[in-house]
Amino acid sequence: MAPLEIHDLHKSYGGREVVAGISFAIGKGECFGLLGPNGAGKTTTLRCCLGLTAPDSGRIMLVGEPVPMRAREARTRIGVVPQFDNLDPDFTAAENLLVFGRYFGIDDATIRARIPRLLDFAGLAGKANANIKTLSGGMKRRLTLARALINDPDLLVLDEPTTGLDPQARHLIWERLQGLLAEGKTILLTTHFMEEAERLCGRLAIMDEGRIISEGEPRHLVVEHIPASPAGYRPANLEDVFLKLTGRELRD
Amino acid sequence: MGHFSPPTLSWRAVSVWRRNFLVWRKLAIPSVLGNLADPMIYMFGLGYGLGSLLPASLPQFGGSYIAFLAAGTVCASTMNAASFEALYSAFSRMHMQKTWEAIMNAPVSLDDVLLAELLWSAAKAMLSGVAILIVVTAMGLTSMPLALWAIPAIFLTGLAFAALGLIVTALAPSYDFFMYYFTLFITPMTLLSGVFFPLEQLPLGFQAAALALPLTHAVAIIRPLLFGQLPIAPGTHVAVLAAITVGAYWLALGLTRRRLLS
Repeated sequence: MAPLEIHDLHKSYGGREVVAGISFAIGKGECFGLLGPNGAGKTTTLRCCLGLTAPDSGRIMLVGEPVPMRAREARTRIGVVPQFDNLDPDFTAAENLLVFGRYFGIDDATIRARIPRLLDFAGLAGKANANIKTLSGGMKRRLTLARALINDPDLLVLDEPTTGLDPQARHLIWERLQGLLAEGKTILLTTHFMEEAERLCGRLAIMDEGRIISEGEPRHLVVEHIPASPAGYRPANLEDVFLKLTGRELRD
Repeated sequence: MGHFSPPTLSWRAVSVWRRNFLVWRKLAIPSVLGNLADPMIYMFGLGYGLGSLLPASLPQFGGSYIAFLAAGTVCASTMNAASFEALYSAFSRMHMQKTWEAIMNAPVSLDDVLLAELLWSAAKAMLSGVAILIVVTAMGLTSMPLALWAIPAIFLTGLAFAALGLIVTALAPSYDFFMYYFTLFITPMTLLSGVFFPLEQLPLGFQAAALALPLTHAVAIIRPLLFGQLPIAPGTHVAVLAAITVGAYWLALGLTRRRLLS
């Protein structure tokens, strides 16, 4: 069973089609990337997958459950790292994990047993009782990632997980995500950092104006779309593919 | 599936209620004292100040003006506590902190989140109402044990005002919006619902209009109970408050679904 299958997804807002017929499937243990400029429809696609927005048409199967009909049941086995920080500012790091675990119906003893390992994973071993307000941006992101793992999910959904982080914090997140992939976790990731996609994703789709305009392995996309560079020029990378396919005009 | 389809509720709401409780527990004592201070100042100020202008014995007022006002204060304070929680605090969790958004990434629906907010606001309102009830009972202004029956009525009053507050929260663009609700709805209602003086003092038209206000029904149940009397037609008042709770919750849910889940 594929962790996520989407077929011909459509969603419009006020007559504008934000998602215009998206289809893709993610295999178990895979890291699949959705790339695209701002406004390409990435976040709307994710919201539809999680059952937080009802699509106009299309079929979504999330961990074997039809969405949005059984979205709540499906989310039992999903971990989400949202684009914007929404940790609970009134709680410590450990309390954030405890309270979030309860939303999954996990009993306190089980959650408490998982907390030290998760804080350790997030590099926050000494910060169990630290107030959220005292954590740096990178620490908050790592704690959000740990929070998304509280239910030991089958699929991890990450919406621009390193936006706004400095290079050190970003590399630490990448390292942790690679660790999760090595353990066999499945990841769906949106990003507009090409380096992030090249490092993490086995397969990716480039979206623009609500459509997937290219899909494949990062290396193959480069070979497919960019002619071999002449000697003396830097080798082509995914960013060149992205700009070639989506154009150079500004998107916001 | 329309935004105004019936709620589907589950026990996951309890985990959201417990989240709010855990936050409250960290600030419980200042919160209780803060909730108690303001209504007490009004009650003593008006009760003894204004009360001294009135005859010392007022049998139809439960003995004295301060006893009359004490019962009204329990109701008004419950209303205020429920409204503040369902407006400012819930808005902060929904809009500023994005707490609801985080919760909905877990297997909890917005229906459950809003149910939890409703029950939480009503619980805080009950605490506020019961705190005043304890103080006025200690002062000998209530008649036990019948006054204990006021406690479920206080909770029901909290539910009705929490549900109404959640409608306003669903529509609010910012905190400033809540001022309209207080100045145009809550404050006039406090004056027209028999909190400070009996409804019979109002012109007939106002008396009829007062029957449409939820606080009037809360006062009509709670005041007689505190005086050791059985309320007249309690079933009607309970039914009105219960209907407001269900109807307003449903409307608030539809509006919040439209706001957050479009």
